[in-house]
Amino acid sequence: MSTKVYAGTEVTVDDDGFFADPHQWRAEMAPQLARESGIDTLTAQHWQVVKFMRHEYTEKGTGPSVRALSKTSGVSIKELYQLFPKGPAKLAAKIAGIPKPRGCI
Amino acid sequence: MMQRVVILGGGTAGTLTANRLRRELGGQTAITVVDRDDDHWYQPGLLFVPFSRARPRGIVRSRARQLRPGIGYHQSAVDHVDVAGRRVHLRSGASLPFEVLVVATGAALLPGETEGLAEAMARGKAFTFYEPAGAAALRDALAGLDGGRIAINVVDMPIKCPVAPIEFAFLADWYFRKRGIRDRVELALVTPLDGAFTRPIASRELGGLLDRKGIQLVTEFSTGEVDGNGGRLVSFDGREVGFDLAVVVPAHGGQAYVGRSPGLGDALGFVPADERTLQSKASPDIFVIGDAADLRASKAGSVAHFEGEVLARNIRGFLAGQPLTASYDGHANCFIETGFGKALLIDFNYDTEPLAGRFPGRAGLPLLTESRLNHLGKLAFQQFYWHVLLPGRDVPGLTAAMPRAGKHLPAAEDAGILLTGSRRDE
Repeated sequence: MSTKVYAGTEVTVDDDGFFADPHQWRAEMAPQLARESGIDTLTAQHWQVVKFMRHEYTEKGTGPSVRALSKTSGVSIKELYQLFPKGPAKLAAKIAGIPKPRGCI
Repeated sequence: MMQRVVILGGGTAGTLTANRLRRELGGQTAITVVDRDDDHWYQPGLLFVPFSRARPRGIVRSRARQLRPGIGYHQSAVDHVDVAGRRVHLRSGASLPFEVLVVATGAALLPGETEGLAEAMARGKAFTFYEPAGAAALRDALAGLDGGRIAINVVDMPIKCPVAPIEFAFLADWYFRKRGIRDRVELALVTPLDGAFTRPIASRELGGLLDRKGIQLVTEFSTGEVDGNGGRLVSFDGREVGFDLAVVVPAHGGQAYVGRSPGLGDALGFVPADERTLQSKASPDIFVIGDAADLRASKAGSVAHFEGEVLARNIRGFLAGQPLTASYDGHANCFIETGFGKALLIDFNYDTEPLAGRFPGRAGLPLLTESRLNHLGKLAFQQFYWHVLLPGRDVPGLTAAMPRAGKHLPAAEDAGILLTGSRRDE
């Protein structure tokens, strides 16, 4: 665990840069988080996914897998990879300020 | 009025649940099992079919005949579950009302979800050993192979038996060595995970074994396309792995009826449940066991076995109007065939990753290390499956709760357990 400053506020992140406490996240922090993940501009479609990630986390306690994300959001997996090139489930979770998706065992 | 328990699925989970409930509840409860066919496959045996070490006919029995006398068997596909109306509607036209429903319909293979995969399978470029016909077709394809590159590809998680693709790689290495053509065969395991397995210590151990056997490991590969004609796997982020023959584990989902049952399942058709009590989140009178559940436990027969003990106790409690007191700890246990007559054994749960040591106690089978004893254990397991596990018999030393004696627990974890224990005592 360490701390980082986003939009002027200090937050706690894990070793991979994911938020430890989703309540510390604010929308103003997302652009900087996105740039750190190699995404220069957050489009409306990015935001749609980011909001969806937070919604899923609130409902289920973990971010969805890419396939579940695609099925529920209606955005195809290919498009999700165009939006978040290094892996939609992980990147979108990071930008949305939720912990790293638990994944499957 | 007699209480009615309806169990959807007559596989490992459904059968052992029905038999346990029948034994524990006697004739006071009407138990009905529903399945679409009468073929109960011993699924661990499918791994051996491609290498001619098992025949499909030797690993299948009647579903109905695995059930204790007094349990009803209804052969029909499920159309949908009316969650609020407490009734299952069947494709046969019949409908079954229930006081308790157990969802035990396992996971379905979904090759259609991956671009090109169904076509590559139809053209004999890609095979899956996760179903009997595919395993037999793969046996013939391997027998006709004189060399080339074999890609063993896991499309997406979750899958049934996450160690099976690794075992397939180990057995393929052995198979081609015995045929004397291992130097002409390249083997690559292509996985969406960041290592050979999901938990660190086992992942390191298995990764080391793959390396020593000359099997390439390609990680974090999220398969977007299986191009049979071009002989390549293409990931969503544009990476490629070439093959002459692909052994593919298709994406998994729940059975289609779950999607036709409003409120029952999640986006992938698995059924969310409390990971300790196994009560579904859909409704208190619906319980879930085995691969059909959306839990963090592995999709594996041993999980269904250990869950069965907890589930039967909670269903008894529920029918008697009592609170659910039995709690599943995520216990799983798998033999991992490594070829040359040896196998590894791993044993773990939600909180404890697979560790070295012995199972179930200090004088037991060696954990996380190759041994002939474990291989013999795996072979003996088939008889155990039909005669002890499915009938729902209790076995001393093989219980729902993961054994700790015999395991090499890291110091920090021991401290953690003590802390948790003391908190519980307070």
